[in-house]
Amino acid sequence: MIIFQNVSKLYKNNSHEIAALEDVSFTINPKEFISLVGRSGAGKSTIVKMLIGEEKPTKGRVIFASYDINKLKHKELPHLRRKIGVIFQDFRLLPNKTAYENVAFALEAAGRLQSDIEEFVPQALEMVGLKEKMFNFPKELSGGEKQRVAIARAMINHPDAIIADEPTGNLDPINTWEIIKLLLKINELGTTIILATHNKDIVNYLDRRVISLENGKIIRDEEKGKYILV
Amino acid sequence: MLTTLFRIIKYGFLGFWRNGWLSAATLSIVVIALLVFEGLIIFNILTKNAIASLENKIDISVYFKADTPEDEILQAKKSLETLAEVKSVDYISRDKALEIFKERHKDNPMITQSLEELQENPLLASLNIKAYNPKEYATIADNLEKTNFKAWFEKVTYAQNAVVIERLGKIVDTAKKGGLILIIFLAAVAVLVNFNTIRLAIYSNREEIGIMRLVGASNSFIRGPYIVEGIIYGLVAGILSVVIALPAVYFTSPYLKIFIPEINLWSYFLSNLFVFLGYQLLFGIGLGIISSSIAIRKYLRI
Repeated sequence: MIIFQNVSKLYKNNSHEIAALEDVSFTINPKEFISLVGRSGAGKSTIVKMLIGEEKPTKGRVIFASYDINKLKHKELPHLRRKIGVIFQDFRLLPNKTAYENVAFALEAAGRLQSDIEEFVPQALEMVGLKEKMFNFPKELSGGEKQRVAIARAMINHPDAIIADEPTGNLDPINTWEIIKLLLKINELGTTIILATHNKDIVNYLDRRVISLENGKIIRDEEKGKYILV
Repeated sequence: MLTTLFRIIKYGFLGFWRNGWLSAATLSIVVIALLVFEGLIIFNILTKNAIASLENKIDISVYFKADTPEDEILQAKKSLETLAEVKSVDYISRDKALEIFKERHKDNPMITQSLEELQENPLLASLNIKAYNPKEYATIADNLEKTNFKAWFEKVTYAQNAVVIERLGKIVDTAKKGGLILIIFLAAVAVLVNFNTIRLAIYSNREEIGIMRLVGASNSFIRGPYIVEGIIYGLVAGILSVVIALPAVYFTSPYLKIFIPEINLWSYFLSNLFVFLGYQLLFGIGLGIISSSIAIRKYLRI
């Protein structure tokens, strides 16, 4: 369960302050699939960053399961991040590690046993359809393949939630749909998915809950929502 | 715990190996920095020896009149030896002086012949005085002026050589000070070059470090492999720098012998090879660990 309680984020720019988020409140229930929509600069990325503790709110509280995220110490952040998988527009794979090692790294970082790693990593890569390219380096993979490695890495720790920040932003339509289908499949298996996107077709196809943001405020929060932005 | 340590070491080696060119470039710079450091150790040994050899050449001699009884000379020697500034006093009797003179000019028949014709030993007995510090010759000379034995003195070389002795003393002094400044300066250069090179290598990995934080790696798990890499740099560079120095020392050693006959750098280097290697490894690995830990701190804040 994720709760945003009257969250504001202000950035100081020279003398005047700019609000990235203004008094945002919402709750996401377990196993939900929600889309965060809005134009660039609407505040989607700020919400994502707050969920993984990369940014702290100026006002309000962000809660994830038992974690009061803005009160976490720097040392405690890794524990939170092992419970939330993150997928980025620019993939963010470790360039000097193979697909296998990239996925294994998340387990190693969590201190899991070698036997677990040898069992789970090939399974995860098989699920995203990359078993054949397990030992390739990111530079030998296409954009879609890289994003699938990132998805395998995000789900390998069996997180409670996966946050996808514009995961299809750098992909062609075919790969885009592949990625969305994968996210839906992961959601069916019981993981909360938060998808930040400005792809109208995807949002309308999903027909799930949509939170629309504009200028740092929530302007709409609908079950089975559509992408409606002027 | 042990698994984590094993993973950290594995990733340290993997990082070193897979970063190929970057590792090679970093390594070569670290080798150069270590060579500078090694050069400093050798330079230090050389200047110490050169200064010692120079200091050894400075002395003052007191020549006694031909009719001075040997007893008086030995008395004078004893009283000189009690002075705090005096390192050693050598007594050269008239016979000994002649012997040395003959030996030195044995290839010159003119001198040998004329010496034989002289019948009598023309040379004087002398005391050869060496001080601990070249600056103290003036004090010793002053002392000689006041002593009771002064009546027996034919001449004291200090007066003639005062300017040279003083100048040599100054050269020795400057060499010591200059050497120290040079050592501090070059050591600082070696440390900074080493530190900044490792920092640059980590800087080029800053995005990866951020990614590792985002997928839930703890700081120590991220930092570990970079410190292992730092150790590898120090270890490999330490060994390489000694290996590179070997032929360099071998070829320069004979030339150095011309300037400072007292030292055989090559044999010194060989007999102290493991001491050199130890210093290099200590310096290289120590700097590697410190540089890596400091450099990575900045990128672990995400």
